[in-house]
Amino acid sequence: MSILIEHISKTFGQFQALSPLSLDIQEGEMIGLLGPSGSGKTTLLRIIAGLEGADTGRIQFGDRDVTNLHVRDRRVGFVFQNYALFRHMTVADNVAFGLDVLPRKERPSPSEIKKRVMHLLDMVQLAHLANRFPSQLSGGQKQRIALARALATQPEVLLLDEPFGALDAKVRKELRRWLRGLHEELGFTSVFVTHDQEEALELSDRVVVMSNGYIEQVDKPGDLYASPNSRFVFDFLGNANVFEGKADQGKWLNQQASLQLPKGIEQQDGQLYVRSHEFFVSDAPTEQANLPLKVVAINPIGAEVRLELSPIGWQSKDIWEIDLPHKAFDQHGYEKGQTVFVTPKAGYFFADDLAQPTPLHW
Amino acid sequence: MATHLSAAPIRPRHKRVLPGLSLSLGTSLLFISLILLLPMTGLIMQSVDMGWARYWEVISDERVVASYKVTLWAALIASVFNGFFGLLLAWVLVRYDFWGRRILDALVDLPFALPTAVAGITLATLYAQNGWYGDILSSLGLKIAYTPWGIVLAMAFTSIPFVVRTVQPVLEELSPEEEEAGMTLGASDWSVFRRVIFPALWPALMTGIALSFTRSLGEFGAVIFIAGNMPYVSEITSLMIFVSLQEFDFPAASAIASVVLMASLILLFAINIWQARYLRRLHGRN
Repeated sequence: MSILIEHISKTFGQFQALSPLSLDIQEGEMIGLLGPSGSGKTTLLRIIAGLEGADTGRIQFGDRDVTNLHVRDRRVGFVFQNYALFRHMTVADNVAFGLDVLPRKERPSPSEIKKRVMHLLDMVQLAHLANRFPSQLSGGQKQRIALARALATQPEVLLLDEPFGALDAKVRKELRRWLRGLHEELGFTSVFVTHDQEEALELSDRVVVMSNGYIEQVDKPGDLYASPNSRFVFDFLGNANVFEGKADQGKWLNQQASLQLPKGIEQQDGQLYVRSHEFFVSDAPTEQANLPLKVVAINPIGAEVRLELSPIGWQSKDIWEIDLPHKAFDQHGYEKGQTVFVTPKAGYFFADDLAQPTPLHW
Repeated sequence: MATHLSAAPIRPRHKRVLPGLSLSLGTSLLFISLILLLPMTGLIMQSVDMGWARYWEVISDERVVASYKVTLWAALIASVFNGFFGLLLAWVLVRYDFWGRRILDALVDLPFALPTAVAGITLATLYAQNGWYGDILSSLGLKIAYTPWGIVLAMAFTSIPFVVRTVQPVLEELSPEEEEAGMTLGASDWSVFRRVIFPALWPALMTGIALSFTRSLGEFGAVIFIAGNMPYVSEITSLMIFVSLQEFDFPAASAIASVVLMASLILLFAINIWQARYLRRLHGRN
């Protein structure tokens, strides 16, 4: 079922949690709401569910206007961050809850309910735990039961609030893949909230990046990574190093550091954002760049080695991070305290008076 | 360099991290002995002195047995009423924000703060046939003061805080997500209350009702002023103890008191055991 969100806004007292925003979600789509805490992503999710009322705007499921519909009549599946399983009920009773509370006319017979519950438990691969109580389950198991419970009434919309937030990295990855499979198999429309960019990029058809109650950007994961449209998205989506430059005679200057402007770029002051793998590292300045840095830390992280660098003779708000392939690292053998020079290969330039970036290539 | 391993194993010193166990536990046990166990032993010793036959004769006296019935029934009705009303009061205090909530919250403790005799006299005055409430009620043909219903009223009044104060914290701790989960699954408000909220409150509510019941069994001050104290009709067991004391028949008083004590203890233990089982299931400790 498609979801249409129009001019939804919400304030809590003085705090503007959501500024009027609109979003169009296609049937069968999986949407990730990504943002830091306080960005309004959970509020938006709860408004879609009907757990929170919006101050303005309207929401439509398919052609059904649900703006003033109570949660229980919206027929959405909702998975809570802390699972919210009913502690005094067995796993099977938890999953059966949505069916047990149906009005008598719509309620399946007890044997039918039992069959459906067992089927759902099979689907989440936890049929052997049917008679346990929630307190006897691990976090990952609880989350899968919570999902089975939400799916029991066969909702066409599934909403998940930080579904894997409290789980360890390995279980999280496994559940992510499993949820993606389930989504493709059953074809429901899902919206999930996360603050983990990796999770959002891996799981969603489209990612909605939010900050301070606004939608910053809505795009497919690939497009989002390739063309972030604001400083915020750039910062949030991946380790970018920022060079604050004053334009002067075809160069950006920052105290003793300098960087050649690529061809065809106007002379303007601004910030240059370069991702951590878009660099070339050398022992001496190059024709294009003179960016001296000191190696402060060396972290081998999986396939790459990350160098943490602090600027020498120029200013940067944060420490720079540069990822190198092991091969390149081994050839040079960098050491802590050593001075290196970096040269960006590609980046994005935000002029001081513009919100939109210009992509750069040297 | 070779490391020299000494033959004597290093014995780790098991010391508790939390300090003061022996001191605090010792003090607690001493005081429990002084103010609880010692008087209770005295009570039992005094009734043992009189011998089984006499003991049985005292506690199965017709008038005393009638008082057991009155007391038990009145305490039962009062505590069940408190179960409903106390739950409602706790619900209102926790769930809603309204003008005067804090005052109401403070007022709940009033029955504990008020000397029970004062409570009894006040209630008797209000519900007597010429009192404010009694006047209205008698025009409806209802008589409260100086009947067993007066006993129920006094018992309910003095023990309502037990229910409110045991249920209130549990209600405050209840996670709103469980209720929300119930609602997203399509449950009506009533279903959510019955299937989600109530099972979580149930142990605390039972404890509250049990405390209210045992307190009512022993209530004296508030009850005697409003009960009318007619033998076989509205005499409570505490009054029978008091009567024996006034006749300087201390062993008889102790004998009757021991019955009340046993009843209270058995009930409290039963509730404790039941609650421990229920909570163990909820929290998954086997």
